[in-house]
Amino acid sequence: MATPTMDKVEAEAAASDHLITVTFRIRRFNPEISADAVWEDFQLEIDPKERVLDGLHKIKWDLDGTLTFRRSCAHGICGSDAMRINGKNRLACKTLIKDINPAKPITVEPIKGLTVLKDLVVDMDPFFQAYRDVMPFLVTSGNEPTRERLQTAEDRERFDDTTKCILCAACTSSCPVFWNDGQYFGPAAIVNAHRFIFDSRDEAGEQRLEILNDKDGVWRCRTTFNCTDACPRGIEVTKAIQEVKRALITRRF
Amino acid sequence: MKIHKYDTVIVGAGGAGMRAAIEATKRSRTAVLTKLYPTRSHTGAAQGGMAAALANVEEDNWEWHTFDTIKGGDYLVDQDAAEILAKEAIDAVLDLEKMGLPFNRTPDGTIDQRRFGGHSRNHGEAPVRRSCYAADRTGHMILQTLYQNCVKEGVEFFNEFYVLDQLIVEEDGVKKSAGVVAYELATGEIHVFQAKSVIYASGGTGKFFKVTSNAHTLTGDGQAACYRRGLPLEDMEFFQFHPTGIWRMGILLTEGARGEGGILRNKDGERFMEKYAPVMKDLASRDVVSRSIYTEIREGRGCGPEGDHVYLDLTHLPPEQLDAKLPDITEFARTYLGIEPYTDPIPIQPTAHYAMGGIPTNVEGEVLSDNTTVVPGLYAAGEVACVSVHGANRLGTNSLLDINVFGRRAGIAAAEYSAKADYVELPENPAELVVSLVEQLRDSTGTERVADIRKELQETMDANVMVFRTEQTIKTAVEKIAELRARYKNVSVQDKGRRFNTDLLEAIELGNLLDLAEVMAVSALARKESRGGHYREDYPNRDDVNFMRHTMAYREVADDGKDSIRLDYKPVVQTRYQPMERKY
Repeated sequence: MATPTMDKVEAEAAASDHLITVTFRIRRFNPEISADAVWEDFQLEIDPKERVLDGLHKIKWDLDGTLTFRRSCAHGICGSDAMRINGKNRLACKTLIKDINPAKPITVEPIKGLTVLKDLVVDMDPFFQAYRDVMPFLVTSGNEPTRERLQTAEDRERFDDTTKCILCAACTSSCPVFWNDGQYFGPAAIVNAHRFIFDSRDEAGEQRLEILNDKDGVWRCRTTFNCTDACPRGIEVTKAIQEVKRALITRRF
Repeated sequence: MKIHKYDTVIVGAGGAGMRAAIEATKRSRTAVLTKLYPTRSHTGAAQGGMAAALANVEEDNWEWHTFDTIKGGDYLVDQDAAEILAKEAIDAVLDLEKMGLPFNRTPDGTIDQRRFGGHSRNHGEAPVRRSCYAADRTGHMILQTLYQNCVKEGVEFFNEFYVLDQLIVEEDGVKKSAGVVAYELATGEIHVFQAKSVIYASGGTGKFFKVTSNAHTLTGDGQAACYRRGLPLEDMEFFQFHPTGIWRMGILLTEGARGEGGILRNKDGERFMEKYAPVMKDLASRDVVSRSIYTEIREGRGCGPEGDHVYLDLTHLPPEQLDAKLPDITEFARTYLGIEPYTDPIPIQPTAHYAMGGIPTNVEGEVLSDNTTVVPGLYAAGEVACVSVHGANRLGTNSLLDINVFGRRAGIAAAEYSAKADYVELPENPAELVVSLVEQLRDSTGTERVADIRKELQETMDANVMVFRTEQTIKTAVEKIAELRARYKNVSVQDKGRRFNTDLLEAIELGNLLDLAEVMAVSALARKESRGGHYREDYPNRDDVNFMRHTMAYREVADDGKDSIRLDYKPVVQTRYQPMERKY
């Protein structure tokens, strides 16, 4: 044996007495088969320290290959696997089984407000369109400097929170205003506008504010804080939206 | 089947693909085909930084960076390419800053820099602060910034399109690229993209290991598509094992943690890296640190009841420093291990991380069909490619650099080629291979399951071709992979539908992993020396007489349809640095 990794396999076998039985109650929808969505239960053995994503993989790989969901990095960075778990928007790869009361069935549904295409997969295009509409890129004028633009650590810190966004849509699809009106830009687009409005290097803050001054812009926000609760990156989303509203009133940012 | 026509087609929307797309879109009609949405790429998981000798915080220059890169790669690096990498690093970082990337700043307002493994002052004297960073989410910031600029430039994306075949046509005895064939996840429809130039930027192959920092989607699709069409793969035996993955899970904890002062300790609390690398200590190159960790574990100084890991100790660092510089990795420790890094050390083990090898290219990103011949219209950049700037072992922060420098170069070169070249006529029935692959898997009634074969592949790779290798373990892996490839022919999927059939795609991805694992193991078996990430216990020394050369692996198909691997070798480009013994 070369690399001492077989120990791990044995260790896993030894750890099997930590396994518990859980029920995943998953919202299934496949228009190739039926026009209606249904709930389906799956029972599986799992270590409570594993992720909900691990549970979904066990189902897909061992029980039902047709179960469909998006995922990639599996540790909360890529933003692929936002879903509604026990009624709350979370990333499946960042939610451990033990933290969501495995004694009861764990419900898993697609995020709300976006068209469901199959099982847990939703149409992300309207979400990315709202993002693109807020000019999510640095705008500057004049000749470019030879070296980097200077920015103080304080100015850099000003927009740090909103640079963390991974575009998972957990916030936007937790927003009751967005559920009722898909025209609303939604929290994620506003967060990404905030990231540039408050960047000292940027010169298009006024234009972005005008975009968000629209009837489907920031004024639709009812400050329910669902978005802040939902954000897997811990961004203070509602606060960012409030800062954009304040900037619109004071025209200072 | 649909047919599309573009000047330039880019496969993959991670850092290299989007950096290429920004250049190519300005110069030619460009389409980016990506199996994920653009910001889902694993570039976003890179943490610690991007190397460039800006000299913002202390004396530094690109020549020192070139030397460190060559030494780090255990002299298997092509030195002309390493020089380009280090020279163009400075503009690559400044370009990103001008695109909006929010780097951490010095008190003067310039880009801040920190230490990283293998990067040194004056050819190994002491660690140097060369890594430009944004907390421990530099890759995330690069990915977001590049996507933002793709939005600005109006780059055209085809999201959730899986490229499964590379169309190669021979004209006058020259192999040329005619385009690619893609499978659309949403509909199951097959699309042919005829293009004057194609750039592969589809990432690595890390999912053939079990303990890996790689995303589920890193299945070597680009390498496999080219390899199946007779193009070689270079240096596939060289794979990097990152020293600090979260124990058992493999999730990456940045080397920046050690750059900030973090220390590796064994069960006795000993700072064991002092024994193995007296100067660079915990900041020796990754292959050296990973071997040291496993040496500690094998000699009984590992931590925990099974003694199968060591600790990354950050407890002596002020909590404010951890919050400011390492917020994400400390959160990973809390989320996945329930450990508070302010007060408790983090259990870690080496994790499969990065493929140094890949599709051979020259410094313009042009793909080679042998040691010297360019395939007109075909390019590759990033982890999928082998330039080779990383040689036998990549330095940390050189991959975020690689994707920017060579992504940009490939984007420009491909678009300029598109501007002057004509379309290569598509072969008759261009989608044939993909159609039969998809139909066969969808209609198969075989009894083998994707998950079983994949699990056995990952287990054999971890056990036999990881940090330590011997002739016997590699042979075990080769035999096992052959068995799994035979069983794969009998694999079937449960989902027979056309809509979002990820069951089917996982089966196709497994086929790619099996082909590439075989190339890796066969290449490793033939390299009877130890160099960088390839460590043979039966040949523990580097052998420059016989093995100072790149491996080139070709797929050969016999008349009866059976395939095999033919190995050839390519000289290493050496300019000013003579190989020396590597000490840290």
